Amino acid sequence: MTLTVTDLAITRGGIPVLEGLSFTLPAGKALILRGPNGIGKTTLLRTLAGLQPPLQGRIEGAEDQIAYASHSDGLKPTLTVVENLNFWASVFGTQGIQPALDAFALNDLADRHAGNLSAGQKRRLGLARMLVTGRPIWMLDEPTVSLDQNAVKMFADAVRTHLGQGGSALIATHIDLGLDGEVLDVGPNKAKPKPIDDFDGGFL
Amino acid sequence: MIALLLRDLKLALRAGGGFGLGLAFFLIVTVLVPFSVGPQSSLLSTIAPGILWLGALLACLLSLDRLLALDWEDGSLDLLATAPLPLESVVTIKALAHWLTTGLPLVLAAPFLGVLLNLPVPGFSWLVISLLIGTPAMSVIGTFGAALTVGLKRGGLLLSLLVLPLYVPTLIFGAEVARRGAMGMETQTPLLMLAGITAATIALLPFASAAVLRINLR
Repeated sequence: MTLTVTDLAITRGGIPVLEGLSFTLPAGKALILRGPNGIGKTTLLRTLAGLQPPLQGRIEGAEDQIAYASHSDGLKPTLTVVENLNFWASVFGTQGIQPALDAFALNDLADRHAGNLSAGQKRRLGLARMLVTGRPIWMLDEPTVSLDQNAVKMFADAVRTHLGQGGSALIATHIDLGLDGEVLDVGPNKAKPKPIDDFDGGFL
Repeated sequence: MIALLLRDLKLALRAGGGFGLGLAFFLIVTVLVPFSVGPQSSLLSTIAPGILWLGALLACLLSLDRLLALDWEDGSLDLLATAPLPLESVVTIKALAHWLTTGLPLVLAAPFLGVLLNLPVPGFSWLVISLLIGTPAMSVIGTFGAALTVGLKRGGLLLSLLVLPLYVPTLIFGAEVARRGAMGMETQTPLLMLAGITAATIALLPFASAAVLRINLR
């Protein structure tokens, strides 16, 4: 269940955004993805989740292991909280949404339509979806947007529990979650410069 | 897969799901025809099979732009693409749900609207049979069009322009079955052609839809 990325290059709309990216994400660890806006954090997560092909490089251990949470929650406003979670549980072939409801304090909202939830409550429901997927590697894109302090703590606890059960998480975020894990700083300087070949050397 | 079908049916039936819009459109188009061509019942009964087929086709077209666009907007398409379901079955289920909520009601309503257009008596059963065989093709072709235009802002018009030419063979043979049936003629040839077109689209187009959807999701 170790995710290994070797010499990865990714593109957004045909423009290369990150090159020469290598890292490993072992089971039980979190990797916090940091970097300025537009550097390609979302593109990296989408590439790892298999939504777009990488330009070059290898991704190992990702096949059918990743649960991905994008900026949008994928919730249906006319379904209730429980119906939304039950749907994703049956798509992923898992049973029992109760732990997810407990972890994000959604029990009181269980029969509310998702369209009537506040932005933060929707976010919590979207994150609760990660729990019902049963997938070991979580890819989270800005998971704490519109969450209050209490909910951020709830989320950090859920990630800690997930890591404790042998899962792993790759989280793109700008805030400190207090998780036990490494920080992967991605920036323009991460792109590896090409070695100077003889012609260039002669010119210089 | 069953879960996706049940969810789509539930979404269509709940408030704002758009169930019944196609049916209402079909009714209004059929009612407008005698106003525009005049109330001669002999003329109406001649054109009834063609008008009913065209009305059903346009009503089907009306609901296509919601087919994948809603799932695209709220991000569920991305999530479905990373789920264990193959995209081919996702688009097939989407087409099936569209047929159950749009195509099937149109088939069931068509005989009642046939009365409004003075459809000859032998034509009723042939109209229902031809629509029953033809509407699944319209849903599957429509899903392909929706997959092509998903993610485009206001892609609805483009979707119609792309899909309408693809509906031509289904319309020709479907309306021909209904017309021949209404006139008491042999219907076997157009019926077999119609069934063949439907079978081919159901067999091939889900793969094409999934392929373009994969590209559009990038």
